[in-house]
Amino acid sequence: MTSVMHMTEPPTRPGASVARGLERAETSGARAWGLLGEVVVPLGAVLAAFALFSILLLWIDRSPLQFVELIWKGGFGTSFSIRNSLQRMPPLILCALAVAVPAQLGLVVIGGEGTLVLAGLAAAAIAVPFAGGAMPALVVVPLMVGAAMLTAAVWFGIVAQARNERQVNEVISSLLLSYVGIAIMNFFVEGALRDPNQPSKSSTVPVAASYLVGEIPGVGVHWGLAAALLAAVLLHLLVSRTTFGFAMRVVGGNPRAARSQGLPVERLVMTGMLIGGACAGLAGYFEVAAVQGRANASLAAGYGFTGILVSFMARHQPLGIVPVALLFAALSASAGLVQRRMDLPDGVMLLLQSTIFIAILVSQALHGSRLGSRMIVWLLRRRA
Amino acid sequence: MQVNNPTRRRFVGSTLAVATLAGTWTARSNAQSALTVGIIYSGARDDYGWNQSHAIAARALKAVPGIKVVEEERVPETVAVAKTMESMIQLDGAQLLFGTSFGYFSPFMIDAAKANPGVQLRHPTTLWTAGKDPDNLGGYFCYMDQAHHINGIAAGLSTKTNKIGYIAAKPIDLVLRTVNSFTIGARMVNPNAQVFLVITGEWSLPVREAEAVNALVNSGCDVIACHVDSPKIVVQTAEERGVKCVGHNTSQAALAPRGFITGAETKYETIYKGYADLLVRRQTLPNMTVGGYDKDMVQSTAFGAGASEKARNAALARTAELRTGAPIFGGTVRDNQGKVVLTGVKGLYDPVLEKMPYVVEGVVGTVR
Repeated sequence: MTSVMHMTEPPTRPGASVARGLERAETSGARAWGLLGEVVVPLGAVLAAFALFSILLLWIDRSPLQFVELIWKGGFGTSFSIRNSLQRMPPLILCALAVAVPAQLGLVVIGGEGTLVLAGLAAAAIAVPFAGGAMPALVVVPLMVGAAMLTAAVWFGIVAQARNERQVNEVISSLLLSYVGIAIMNFFVEGALRDPNQPSKSSTVPVAASYLVGEIPGVGVHWGLAAALLAAVLLHLLVSRTTFGFAMRVVGGNPRAARSQGLPVERLVMTGMLIGGACAGLAGYFEVAAVQGRANASLAAGYGFTGILVSFMARHQPLGIVPVALLFAALSASAGLVQRRMDLPDGVMLLLQSTIFIAILVSQALHGSRLGSRMIVWLLRRRA
Repeated sequence: MQVNNPTRRRFVGSTLAVATLAGTWTARSNAQSALTVGIIYSGARDDYGWNQSHAIAARALKAVPGIKVVEEERVPETVAVAKTMESMIQLDGAQLLFGTSFGYFSPFMIDAAKANPGVQLRHPTTLWTAGKDPDNLGGYFCYMDQAHHINGIAAGLSTKTNKIGYIAAKPIDLVLRTVNSFTIGARMVNPNAQVFLVITGEWSLPVREAEAVNALVNSGCDVIACHVDSPKIVVQTAEERGVKCVGHNTSQAALAPRGFITGAETKYETIYKGYADLLVRRQTLPNMTVGGYDKDMVQSTAFGAGASEKARNAALARTAELRTGAPIFGGTVRDNQGKVVLTGVKGLYDPVLEKMPYVVEGVVGTVR
């Protein structure tokens, strides 16, 4: 996304009619951006969002300080809080990676939610014949992982194919397919795959205990966290250290230039989307095999959508996603505490998240733009 | 310019001020009262229905000295509720938890009870079974069929077409019992009355509920009743269509200033206050608390403009009878296929009545 913005920017410096002083100022401003932009900009955006949010809290007669204190307490304050935050990280990281990898190609994919749900259904469905638990886990677990990742990759693959063949906008197609995914899950969970012993809530038959994912010893968090961290590291290496990653970024920078250099744009788009889909699929697998133990409507818990936010805030850097995911996990872990202690409605955290998202988008629009540079220079001058 | 210039002294000063403030807040939040009660809702606390009926009781509980109430709304019936319970126990020090949604019970509340033997948990159903489920878990149940019976009396005397519409969430025994008590009430005072039943399939499906009201009114029903989580949309649609209605769970009187007759309300504050009182005095809670009008656990909404003099008097008289234990299922009862399903007098709390997979004579509609 950002790379696209860079691309469309006029590459020339202001003409002679613009004062030389301003030109100098812009150059120094741009340098400041370059050095600090990657960290300072998103951080600044979060702080700005918190500042905006504080005004809202003061307006409804609540203390912003208490708000921050409770987020700290609920997110990191006790060992329970830390565990609670860490437990929420794996799906966030994986869903953010599902956004970040296609983003290298300049694609904005927002269909992670339904893909996660569909992958979760696939994992649970393939485990149905083994509900007795007799088959060794060594056979069934890879089957579940494979089914989830493959289903999700296919789902993202449809989006890539539609884009390659028919120039269908991936934002729209992935979002719409997301709803189709959720509808398919509901169809099976309320029909063919429904567990008759679960009358109050339509679900698949529970996955046998021997196939469930255990906890990392001493951490109290399931192995999905390790898998998600590993995926982030691997994808970071893929994006930044391999020819393939470089080629993806070139396509993201300018597809026409990439094509004229002989890069197989369509194939890169397809591969990138398959990798992204597989990440969302892994998230769905862990939601079923480590958290819910079965597939039902609870799989659509919003991780796919929050993942978009996480990836944008991390500027689509696979490693940057990890700390951002931690921040959002902590926000979600502390949401209940904030609601209870400050007597606020449950929508408050969603409001904060949206404020952060808007702040991030604004900061990215300003980042590197003439207006943004001028603002920075102006601020620096005032301090000097 | 100078005013905005941050000096080191000013910085230190403001940091100290902030730290002091933060310290005060910490101190205040740590100074917990004697007993913390956690209440968890699956929906919004102002839903004009199920959740609101519990929130009203929570408000009453807050007024009790020595009690601190923490509430969390819109908690899904998933591992999310397990997290919320753990958070309430760990971070708020809650000693008594009310998980007010049906799907919280198994496995989430059962597991939480096993993991936290020092905490009491209660669920608003009769699902808890002695011996099978943990001892620090239990249930409380307001016999809403009594209040729906009164709704039925008032509705039976309010219909001119002898067609009453009833919108129910799920075809489960608990819901069908209110339909049956309602129908028996309506036909007691108006033997020609028929109850047209629509089952939506979910506790909350506002669009389908609105469609059902419209369909029922179109087919001639002039009084609408319901058993869904939030009767808001049902009552509003009935009012818009110019027919009368009776309420459920909490008061919807304000939503239908012209057609509201009366409503069946739970009165959870009786239970919540009673439990808190026992815990404050360090006494053990009962595992199961059940009751109706007799124990002040259900009540009828104050009559609205839709209630005629005749309906008011009949409803009040019948309420007085129920309060003293008069049965609703007082003789041979047939289902709407003509099959005899109950014989002899069954008291208000007869366990036979817990199993009710049928609808009685006078109900138009099927449940299976």
